[in-house]
Amino acid sequence: MAEIQIKGIAKSFGAFKALHSIDLTIADQEFMVLLGASGCGKTTLLRIIAGLETPTQGEVWIGGRRVDRLPPRERGIAMVFQNYAVFPHLTVLENIAFGLRMKKLPQPEIDRRVTRTAELMHIEQLLARYSGQLSGGQRQRVAVARALAMEPDVILMDEPLSNLDALLRLEMRAELKGVLAGSKTTTIYVTHDQVEAMSLADRISVMNAGRIVQAASPVEIYRNPAARFVGSFIGNPPMNFLPATRTPDGRWSVAGITLGGPAAASGKLEFAIRPEDLTVAAGGFDAVARVVEPLGAHTLVTTEIDGALFRAVLDSDVRINPGDRLSLVPKPDRIRWFDPETSLAA
Amino acid sequence: MTDAALADVPRPVSEVTSAGKVLYWAGIVLLCAWVLVPIYFLLSNALSSPAEVTSFPKHWVPSFDMGSLQFFLSFGGVLKALMNSVIVAVLTMILSIGFGAPAGYALSRFDFWGKDAFRLLVLMTRAFPLPLLALPIAVMFIRVGLDDTQLGLALVHTTLAIPFAVLITFSIFAGVPVELEEAAWTLGCNRWQAFRKVVLPLVLPGITASAIFAFTISWNEVFAAAVLTVQNRTLTAFLLQSLNVSPLHLRFAGGAALVIPALVFIFAVRKYMFAMWGIANR
Amino acid sequence: MNTRALPYLLLLPATLFLLVFFVYPFVQVAVQAFVGPAGFTTDNVQTMVKNFRFWPSVRNTVLLAAIVVPLQLVMALVMASIVANLKSARNTILYIFTIPLGLSDLAAGIIWLAIFEQSGFLNSMLVSLGVVDKPILFLSYQNSWVIFVAVLLAELWRATAIVMVILVAGMGLIPKEYYEAAEVFGAGPWKRFLKVTLPMLKPSLQTALILRTIAAFEVFSVVQALGGTTLPVLVGQTYDWQFNQQQTGVAAAMALVILAISIACTVFFLRVLRTPKGATL
Repeated sequence: MAEIQIKGIAKSFGAFKALHSIDLTIADQEFMVLLGASGCGKTTLLRIIAGLETPTQGEVWIGGRRVDRLPPRERGIAMVFQNYAVFPHLTVLENIAFGLRMKKLPQPEIDRRVTRTAELMHIEQLLARYSGQLSGGQRQRVAVARALAMEPDVILMDEPLSNLDALLRLEMRAELKGVLAGSKTTTIYVTHDQVEAMSLADRISVMNAGRIVQAASPVEIYRNPAARFVGSFIGNPPMNFLPATRTPDGRWSVAGITLGGPAAASGKLEFAIRPEDLTVAAGGFDAVARVVEPLGAHTLVTTEIDGALFRAVLDSDVRINPGDRLSLVPKPDRIRWFDPETSLAA
Repeated sequence: MTDAALADVPRPVSEVTSAGKVLYWAGIVLLCAWVLVPIYFLLSNALSSPAEVTSFPKHWVPSFDMGSLQFFLSFGGVLKALMNSVIVAVLTMILSIGFGAPAGYALSRFDFWGKDAFRLLVLMTRAFPLPLLALPIAVMFIRVGLDDTQLGLALVHTTLAIPFAVLITFSIFAGVPVELEEAAWTLGCNRWQAFRKVVLPLVLPGITASAIFAFTISWNEVFAAAVLTVQNRTLTAFLLQSLNVSPLHLRFAGGAALVIPALVFIFAVRKYMFAMWGIANR
Repeated sequence: MNTRALPYLLLLPATLFLLVFFVYPFVQVAVQAFVGPAGFTTDNVQTMVKNFRFWPSVRNTVLLAAIVVPLQLVMALVMASIVANLKSARNTILYIFTIPLGLSDLAAGIIWLAIFEQSGFLNSMLVSLGVVDKPILFLSYQNSWVIFVAVLLAELWRATAIVMVILVAGMGLIPKEYYEAAEVFGAGPWKRFLKVTLPMLKPSLQTALILRTIAAFEVFSVVQALGGTTLPVLVGQTYDWQFNQQQTGVAAAMALVILAISIACTVFFLRVLRTPKGATL
């Protein structure tokens, strides 16, 4: 059992507040992804959990044990670093066995684990090599094997795929998902790549400016962003936003059309819709196409509504040219509303 | 870029480039000769018999007579001076790496208050004629009983070597990614174990080079050695003090004894030449 | 982990060492020069200045530095440019160029003695070429200017390497794109050297000049090997006061003079070759 509890963790570097009082619970065997732009504090949080950074405030609990004052080696974690950190003076075998030897495990047990993890990561034939003789992808495999061999309660991964080229990244992503699901460890995975986050995570914590904005399942994050930031950060292209004002009858007027919406206290809201949740039909937003980008399966149309940019992902059968006027109708059940004051979902 | 020109008017251009090339390589050969020929003259003298050294005119190729070197080695005090030079240089090597390497490590790994002040202190030592320190230190050593000892001289030589030791080891440690150490921590090492099992094997060649460099600094130093030692003279002090009284062949053999180990040392550390001076640019 | 204290713990030995063997002796040298048995005294300074060899030693040392350092700078720039442009044999040639850097200045003096002594290689060459018919006694008090030239050559031979190494390291830091940009805008090799290399090399030039000038004022063993006391220089006089005359106070006063000149030069180069903030690489 290795549930991770983060209680009120804060971190400052001098005057700069990297993390503001983070609270987060990660269930046993859960795959949690920390997602955010660079500088949002996600790596700092991971390093605090690993014990490589000391928090200014707060507590970290792993498996019911308070660990925030313990050195990394006593936390029952293993970590995969962004640039792999495969020891250059040791062979692949010695790298994988490194932590096991530190634990003073009996030699047969070390051999068993090295063989098993090497097979799991498909690097059996590389065991005698040094890291200088390996490709980036192979080093990545060694780093993961080295972490798995520890049979840790928790595996921490800091952007492990960001140094790989696009194709290799896709391949490793699928492989990692399989391997980690089989290992039954709790995983915390830091990335700035939302597709990676979506594909791997049980739950995603979206971070911004040292805070967790939303922690939920990938679909929930995508469909029901808890804040305007999440909607604008997740999805490619991101959500469209338009200002909405309340009509006397309690409905909402958005760019010339009237829609049903929540009963908000203030008279102003923000209307939001994902570009793929729009169809061309009569009675919608009056939009002027500016840029048309055929993407094969779909066509991305960047339009202008009341002087604001508004994107729509349409079926590629629809023929549109720049300058065309079109009427875009939002799918009613996909419309989301945000409070412009708090930026939170209304 | 000259390809097009080459096609149009091939002869003049190729002549200019080849003439330039010849001039360029002639310059290189000249400069190499300027460095190597004087050393050859010294070694040639050392490998001649004492009579040949003072005879005239000189032969351009030595007779490989060991007379001068034998005379030098059997000359009273020479062997002891050689021993003293080695002992002082080894002590300097140990002291400067022992004190300098931890500082280099700290500078490469930590951000802390006072870091810049320390760097300034180290860089300042370069802006002073350090051997002159031997004068007040001589007085200091008489008080504490370190006068005319190998350790005493090694301490002064360490002052000369420590700024280099700090700067070289700093750049060597900075070349080992912090992640490697952090990975070792997460794999069950404490700080010391991670250093010993991961950092140390990676920096050992560089540390050896800076140790050899410290050895060479001490081996070559003249002024402090001459001021601080009387009975326990090093080779440089011995040669300096016998310059006016010793025959030429003794001086040349002594010079060769100074030069040959130094040549070997700087050949051994040639890869690190820039680690110690490149840093001075920052 | 006690990470806060660790860096200080690691710096402690080196810092203590430098305080005891670097900072403290510098205070002591002033004390030695100005404090006599009866408190403050200028006796040592007066003895020093009154000595008939004092002003010649100042003149010789300053003159030597003033000639050697600029020559070395030019020569080192040539050598560094050659090394920077080399493709094949770069490491070998670089090693050969840096050999004198690893040699003792005393050894350098003895090396040039082999050339300049009466039965040495220079005389052998002059006689065999028929320039003179019998060997000349170069290194004597009648020919003190020849001693000066011999010291000059030995210093040039010995210490140009260090300037070159610093400049080569500095040139390595200049990104290739600047040269390519300059070439695109029509600058020839000489213009590129003047407009790109030299200005970008300013920090390295500063370091090299400071180190070399200070070392030039320390010239001692080379002079001892080539001319004994015929050519008085500052450190030679200091050594003489300390070792032969046993007058440590006067020697300390001499040391202060060398120190003052060195610091003045350091400050001068720091000011003149200052790189404005933000104009660095």
